[in-house]
Order: sequence, then C-alpha cells, then structure tokens
Amino acid sequence: MNNAGERLYNGLVKENPTFVLMLGMCPTLAVTTSAMNGLGMGLTTMVVLALSNLIISLLRGIIPNRVRIPAFIVIIASFVTAVQLLLQAYIPALNKSLGVYIPLIVVNCIILGRAESYAYSNPAIPSLFDGIGMGLGFTFALTCIGAVRELLGAGEVFGFALMPDSFVPIRIFGQAPGAFFVLAALVALQNYVKDGRKKAGKSYEKIGSGCSEDCMNCSEKGCTKRFYDGDGTSKAAGPEKEER
Amino acid sequence: MSELFKVSSNPHIRSKVATNGLMAAVIIALMPATGFGIYNFGPRALAVIAVTIASTILTEYFFGLYKGKLTVTDLSAVVTGLLLALNLPVTIPLWMAALGGVFAILVVKMLFGGLGQNFMNPALAARCFMLISFPTAMTAFECDAYTGATPLAALKAGEAVNVLDMVIGRTPGTIGETSVIAILAGACILILLGVIDIRIPGSYIVTFVLFAGIFGGHGFHPAYLAAQLSGGGLMLGAFFMATDYVTRPITIKGQYVYGIVLGLLTGIFRIFGPGAEGVSYAIILGNLLVPLIEKCTRPTAFGYQKGGRRLEK
Repeated sequence: MNNAGERLYNGLVKENPTFVLMLGMCPTLAVTTSAMNGLGMGLTTMVVLALSNLIISLLRGIIPNRVRIPAFIVIIASFVTAVQLLLQAYIPALNKSLGVYIPLIVVNCIILGRAESYAYSNPAIPSLFDGIGMGLGFTFALTCIGAVRELLGAGEVFGFALMPDSFVPIRIFGQAPGAFFVLAALVALQNYVKDGRKKAGKSYEKIGSGCSEDCMNCSEKGCTKRFYDGDGTSKAAGPEKEER
Repeated sequence: MSELFKVSSNPHIRSKVATNGLMAAVIIALMPATGFGIYNFGPRALAVIAVTIASTILTEYFFGLYKGKLTVTDLSAVVTGLLLALNLPVTIPLWMAALGGVFAILVVKMLFGGLGQNFMNPALAARCFMLISFPTAMTAFECDAYTGATPLAALKAGEAVNVLDMVIGRTPGTIGETSVIAILAGACILILLGVIDIRIPGSYIVTFVLFAGIFGGHGFHPAYLAAQLSGGGLMLGAFFMATDYVTRPITIKGQYVYGIVLGLLTGIFRIFGPGAEGVSYAIILGNLLVPLIEKCTRPTAFGYQKGGRRLEK
C-alpha cells in the first residue's frame, strides 16, 4: 500500500493541521506577520515533527504506555533544542524574528498530537512521511497567511513590493486582529472549494485512503476518525487540545 | 386596538413598530448633525457621507443577493453608513471610507448573522478597524482649511480651549461629532419619539463627569468638565451609538450598569490612556460585556425567588 504518498496528501490537504484540524493556532496567529516568517516557522516545525515522529515510532515498543507523554516531550524538546541551536548558528535573522516561538514548538499541539495519534501506533516510514506531510501542510498554511498579511499590511510578499506606490498599507493586517481575519477568510475559502468538490462528487474524504466510512469493518490503522485501534489501545478521536 | 390582542400564548401585547420605522427615526435625528457637518466642513463632507452610505447599502444588497434574503429595505445599512461617515474626518480618502463601509456590513454584521446578531456596533467597529489600519489618515482633522489638534488633544496637552466654539461645533474633528447643539437636537427627537430613553446616555455622561472630576486633575472645574463633555465623540457616542438596540443590554438595571461601565472606560481611556479620545473603544468594549451584564441583571420571574428557585406556598 502506498502509505507515504497517502500520508503526504493527508497532511497537506485532507487533514491540513491549520485549515482543517485547527491545531497550532498560537504560532499560526503570532508569527505570520510576513511570508518569510511563516515559511521559516513552518519548515522549522516540519523538521522537528518529522524527526520526532520517526524516533517515537521506532521507540514505540520500548516506551511504557503510562509514561508516554513525558517520553514524547523529552524527544520533541531535544529536537527543538537542536534545531534552535542550528538556527542560531546559521540563520540568526530568522531566529531573531521568530523569537520565543521556536522554543514554544515543544508545546505545539500538532507535534504531540501526531505523536499520540499516529507515530505511537504505526511503523517508522509512514510516521516519518506523516510528519513531513503534516509539516508541509503547516508550512503551506503559514506561508499563505503570511503572504496575504504581508501583501495587505505592507504591500510586499517575501520582501518584494507588489503593490503600486499609491497603495496605502492596511496596518491592521500586520497586527494580531489581521491574523484572525486572514485565517478565517482562508478557512472559509478552502471550505467553499471543498464543498463545491463534494457537490460535484469529487469528495476529498474518499480519495487516497479508500475510506468507506464503515469503521466497524475497516482495519486501516492510524485512521484519525476511529475511536480506538485494533490492538485495543484507546485514543482520543478528536484533535488534541491546544497546549498553551 | 382589538386586533392587537390575540388569544394565544405570550407575548400578548404586540407593537406595530417595525425596524425600518425605527431606523428612519434615527436617520431623521441624525440630520441636524449631518447638516452641520456639511456646513462646517464643506461639500467634501457630503461626498464622504454619500460614499460611505453607498458602500454599506451595496454591501448589504449584494450579500442579500448571495444569501437569497434581501434585508436592505430595513434601512439599517443607511444608519450604519451615516453613523460611520459622521465618525470619519473630512479629509479621509474616499476609498478608505468605502472600505470601512464594507467592513462594517460584511464582517461585523452579516457574517455574524445580520441585524440583531451583530455583537458589536458595526459603525464603531469599522471606525476602530480604520483607526488601527490608517492611523495617519484617520486623525488628520481640519476645519476651515486649518489643520490642527482637536480640542480634546489641546485640552490633554494643557492648552486653553474655547468651550463656546466646541458647543456650537466650529472645531476640528470628525464630520458629525463637533456640534453638541446639533447632536442634542437629534437626541431630543429620538427621546420624544420614544426610540431611545435617557437611561444609558444619562448614566454614561454622569459617570464620565464624576470620573473626569475626580481623576482629571482639574477638580470639578465647570469649564474643564464642559470641554471634556463637548469634545470628541462623547455626545454622538452616548446618544446614537451606545443606545443601539442590538448591542445594548435589554434589562433596565443592565442599561444603567452598561452606562456606568462606558463612563468609566471612556474616563480611563481619555485621562490615563495615550490618546485624547476613547469613546469608540469604550463603546465596543462595553458591547462585548453586554451578554455578561444581561446575565447578571436578569430580573426574577413572578413566583420565583432570586436565583431562580420557585417560591414555596
């Protein structure tokens, strides 16, 4: 089964962490003042997400069930520290503009959520691609939000002036309220597109995973729609709560 | 008379007052302030008002077309547009005024479910949106081609102000806020027609006067208090924005509480805040507190004790 491709598709479109699962709202709203910040935050998160998913998946036979959350946090925190040191060494400007939100990746609920709901009960390679897919979805969403906010709030995208000189920047988009407006508008837009597809019979839900919405007779592991997996370890059906 | 009583479950008393009647009354009551604004600031004020109203009406119309439910005839979009225009400086670029109108109707009102569902006064929310977005254009006040500080800013800087000019309205400021006389004339119309009552504006203004007297640093000096009262958007806000049916509390006790909260917030913003004006922020913050105020001041129903328990026989 082509799990890697399906995982990537799942993270980018079907269960996009920002636009569909609504996870990790704190960095989404706080750092997306420009497209570059969004891209940097997304890629940093992706690296941590993919590597921690991989390690957690490899260690899933060793970690005792009762202390799995502290174990996840230790693994995630180690990667975040390593990534932050790398950023400080090689891209100090990005590190400065993201500031406190880099260490806060530790408590980013996407990472803990994917560890808990996918990596802990699935093999290593699909978990790695699940992390990459989710990370790319997060990066894509943050870059979109950042680009729209930068365009309206400063007339630029990635630092290139796109608007005519007569354009007066709408400053509110550079500030916190603007993040909410842009996020809401983009979520509404993608729901509108998806609804249109659903009506045309091209449902996103059923592409890739072959889901027939018959969970009783389905054996697909790691399906986030299910309440528990076949091996009896119960898990939450809904998305994890925001950690911060 | 007889056809107003129906044998049915409550409510038993019905009124024939409709939304568009109330809105028409508000529009008529705003006419003195609008007229004075156009007289004071010249024909460009008329252009700003026309553009803002056109943008609110068109937004409401097109959203109604999209939703299949036209609500533009209830005149509420006209009131929102007019109130927004009266809260803008005359020098505002026309496209900004139009954008403000779109924001007021589309984001603040229609996306939350239309008239009656908006949690904030649309005109004031749009004004605050524009104040944050275009800080320079929104505070470029001029009067008789003379650009200068508003009387409130001058007052805050400790300069002397001419209270008589402020009451008549020959001062820099937004289009509709400068003339206290014109606003009070409109407010009298509304009160006489029974559209609003004095509870919210009264408690708002009294609280603000007490606050300014105690914390303003000038004591209860009549000239200072008069200048604080007639400067800025206090009168326009107290009589036309705070009394908005949708965003004020419906309980009578709650309306007094709401007025007091607005007075305190305005006082805090004006005296301790960085800017000279704070009426719009005070009112939209007050709007957000309305559900809480209503919950706390809910009257006890007949036959029940306080707290909702049924009385014993």
